[in-house]
Amino acid sequence: MSNILQVNNLTREFKSGSKILTVVNDISFGIEEGTSCAIVGPSGSGKTTLLGLCAGLDRPSSGEVILQNIKLNPLSEDERASVRNKHVGFVFQTFQLVPTLTALENVMVPLELRGEATKDVRKRAVQLLEEVGLGDRTHHYPTQLSGGEQQRVAIARAFINEPKILFADEPTGNLDTETGDHVEELIFDLNQKEHTTLILVTHDLELAEKCDRIIKIKNGLVDSDITKEKASVTK
Amino acid sequence: MSWSWVFKMAWRDSRSNRRKLFLYMAAIIVGVAAQVAITSFRENLNKSISDQSKELLGADLEVERNAPFQPELLAYLDSISSEQSKMLAFSSMVLFPETGTTRLSQISAMEDGFPFYGHIQTNPAEASDTYLDEFGALVDEAILLQLGLSPGDSVKVGYVTYPIIGAIQDIPGQSMATSVFGPRVLIPLKDVENTGLLERGSRLEHKLYLTYPEGTEPKVIEERLDAMNDSLDFRFDDIAERQQEVGEAVSNLASFLNLIGFIALLLGGIGIASSIFVYIRQKIATVAVLRCVGASSRQAMAIYLIQAGSMGFIGAALGALLGALVQLYLPVLVQDFIPVDIELFISWTSIFTGLFTGVLISIVFALFPLMAIRKISPLFTLRSAEVNLSKLMSLLTRVILYGVITLAVTGYAWIMLGELIAAIIFTFGLGVCLLLLAGFSVLVMKGARKFIPIGWSYEWRQGLSNLYRPNNQTSTLLLTFGLGVTLISSLYLSQDMLLSTIDFEGQDDLPNLALFDIQYDQNDGVNKIIRDNGLEIIQNVPIVTMRIQSVKNISVDKILQDTSRAARRWALTREYRSTYRDSLVDTETLEEGEFIGSVSDLSVPVPISMSSDLLEDLNVALGDTIVWDIQGIPISSYISSTRTVNWQTPQPNFFVVFPTGVLEPAPQFFATTLNTPSKESSLDIQQQIVQAYPNVSAIDVGQIINTVREFLGRITFVIQFIGLFSIITGLIVLAGSATTSRYQRIREAVLLRTLGAKQRQVVRIQVIEYVFLGILASLIGLTLSVGTSVLLGKFYFEIDFTPGFTILATEVVLLVLLVLTIGLLNTRGIHKKPPLEVLRAENI
Repeated sequence: MSNILQVNNLTREFKSGSKILTVVNDISFGIEEGTSCAIVGPSGSGKTTLLGLCAGLDRPSSGEVILQNIKLNPLSEDERASVRNKHVGFVFQTFQLVPTLTALENVMVPLELRGEATKDVRKRAVQLLEEVGLGDRTHHYPTQLSGGEQQRVAIARAFINEPKILFADEPTGNLDTETGDHVEELIFDLNQKEHTTLILVTHDLELAEKCDRIIKIKNGLVDSDITKEKASVTK
Repeated sequence: MSWSWVFKMAWRDSRSNRRKLFLYMAAIIVGVAAQVAITSFRENLNKSISDQSKELLGADLEVERNAPFQPELLAYLDSISSEQSKMLAFSSMVLFPETGTTRLSQISAMEDGFPFYGHIQTNPAEASDTYLDEFGALVDEAILLQLGLSPGDSVKVGYVTYPIIGAIQDIPGQSMATSVFGPRVLIPLKDVENTGLLERGSRLEHKLYLTYPEGTEPKVIEERLDAMNDSLDFRFDDIAERQQEVGEAVSNLASFLNLIGFIALLLGGIGIASSIFVYIRQKIATVAVLRCVGASSRQAMAIYLIQAGSMGFIGAALGALLGALVQLYLPVLVQDFIPVDIELFISWTSIFTGLFTGVLISIVFALFPLMAIRKISPLFTLRSAEVNLSKLMSLLTRVILYGVITLAVTGYAWIMLGELIAAIIFTFGLGVCLLLLAGFSVLVMKGARKFIPIGWSYEWRQGLSNLYRPNNQTSTLLLTFGLGVTLISSLYLSQDMLLSTIDFEGQDDLPNLALFDIQYDQNDGVNKIIRDNGLEIIQNVPIVTMRIQSVKNISVDKILQDTSRAARRWALTREYRSTYRDSLVDTETLEEGEFIGSVSDLSVPVPISMSSDLLEDLNVALGDTIVWDIQGIPISSYISSTRTVNWQTPQPNFFVVFPTGVLEPAPQFFATTLNTPSKESSLDIQQQIVQAYPNVSAIDVGQIINTVREFLGRITFVIQFIGLFSIITGLIVLAGSATTSRYQRIREAVLLRTLGAKQRQVVRIQVIEYVFLGILASLIGLTLSVGTSVLLGKFYFEIDFTPGFTILATEVVLLVLLVLTIGLLNTRGIHKKPPLEVLRAENI
């Protein structure tokens, strides 16, 4: 199977006053299509920065990211936005719904952006909302939904463009255990059903265990990289 | 790019913000309303002037002279047309016997015929057709109403008492404001000499009106009259010229008002920019999400550009509607100054211009914050960062945007003023003003951050630190409100400055009543009446009229023929009213030479003293000779001294003073000044003198001040009415800016309360912040306006200006109260909200 995401010698530095802070330090790995991978590590280890770089939300200081055989480095911000729109889905810890849009409208945004026919988009969005159990809340605004419901809307939005790869940043971090479990279940179910590659950033080891592969980050470096079948460790 | 999505998104995203957006829109509404009202009104006026061009003059040609027309001129005028009407205009006291009131009036002795175009409107309507035949008078309606008189009563002009046939409502070509300088009284020209007012000393203006027969070429007549004018010294006006004069005056007034109105629109623009800035700051997360799911930077920007544009369009449309309504009110304000009846119609050009300007201003100013959207990174979805929007824009983008705004403002001013230099000066002045205001706001914020003493109470420290913390209103308020205050206050102060130069009331040592045109044989009688009333004569000066025959041994005619001459025509040809005395008076200071008080030898040139103001206009210097024509007798003189004269005093001042011993035998009349202790005694003595000597004119200083005050008041009211739009815009912008920070303020207040702050403390913090903002905004605005007034006084009016501190203090108090009210209204309900509700809510 080919790699849907290839990361080569990725480094991200930030200026902090006169000092340079290396948050991601020369990391390389590849992710096979259709698999799930958890990026774990303690707070401040650089896992969210790594996710941002992999999803093309940020530019590396050096190294490269190849997503769906597209090298992200040379692309402009708008070209990367177009790549995200076609191939990528997102689920965030803080849900990140547009507060002025209803649940249905939030879900429709990625496809509407492509200029697809509203009727079809609406049909698919309603269907997805039904799948996440919010068929009766389509016209509610984010402020009228609970945290778990908001995250379910976010999941529906993440899957509407049938992404090849889904990036999830602490998807259950803001939820109680029971709601969190339900959201986890949804993500993994849809992932399997839609044959999506899942990259999950979390410090919840239980959640990470559900993935095919776990990459542990520490101080900006890959501390360990474990795949479930053949337990290979890279230091 | 999917435009349909962008429009859809713009619509959806605005849903929960429309109430907030309305306030921003209101700023544009007011700005556009001012614009549309003035430009529509200007069009109405231009059309009215063009439609009523003939009525502006009442004839095809008007010829005027300060002395009887020469036979040569009359012969030519007779050759043009036989349809002529003569008029003799002069000022004189009139007496209304029924009330015993006297009033310095503008008398016109009329003949049949005038006006040939239009109609003198009177009450009753037929009075204007019959008063000449009935040998009666027409009198301004305002004075009749004021004195409770009506047609049927009488008016005494000089020695003749005329029945009042009708009240004058409107005379073609004259604005109502004409009567501010004295009521108009029309009497028959026939037998006008019986009034006894045509004696020497009265300033008579001879006028002749005529119509052109069919086929007359006005240009040919104009050229011929121009040629004759070189030697005959008269003035003339034809319809085209009058229309042009009036049109220019109206256009100047309209342009000026337009620029004041435009400032309101610019303030609206600044308001829009600051509001959109705050708005976009609240939208950063949304933009980041949209960017994350694939929206391009252009799409993201377009969403908010569409919102700003639509807001501008709706605001401009409502503004245009409001402007069209205000336009209906403007004629009420200015009709008195305009010599035509204003016809009202909807000017679609003005409405479309207003719409266009409104949308353009909204978009151009909104571009400032909107350009920053392109730089909002999708990464903000992962990390909630405090973003400084203004820092997201490159220097180049900012320079380009400022350039676009400067060009747009200059372009608009250029269209309005018709002169590029004036437009550049306007933009430059406005720019300097805004820079000063912006600089001051930065200073205030830095100062507040640096100098808040630690020892001050918590409320003071918190209230003051609100001036610089994120989402503060300091810059917005100081810019918009400060500019509005500068504008309005400059007008007030300039008006006050002009009034103060003539306000002699309360200065006991200065005369408050001046009597003119006292004939030689009346002087003792007038003086006796004054003394019998127990009043003291301050001055009793003889006046001799004369003209210049030659300067430095070159005749006036010869000097006038020289087209490269340095001397001014008026100075060479005017009738001089000179006096003679042996010393200088209080209002004069010797500048050069020696003041010689008396002479006995008339065979040598007489030493005269000349006002230094006149030297340049006559192109003469100390020692130069002048020969005077004193009613037919040449008197040779030389300038032995020059004097500075303080003309701004209510007593007779003179360009030329002769020594005693020369003019005593010449025909002369007198002017007398006195000080009356009260308004009643002033009116009483005026009545006594006018009844005994009807040709004597009285100038009551108190009345002049009232007249000027009324006149200035009417003009400044028009300007202030338009300027008011700026203040309203400033207030709306303030309210808008306060509303955008409402949530933050409520949240903060609730947090403070949760942490144990008392309600009183929370209120005090807010009061301190808004009082400070109000004081700072009004102080900077007033400082700038004082600066403007000082500059205006120094370079334009040539007056040393001392600001009236009572006015300034009153303005500060009023403005602070306004700001405080708006600020506190914004935090209304703050204490009723349960903390939990506020802490959980995302949108309030």
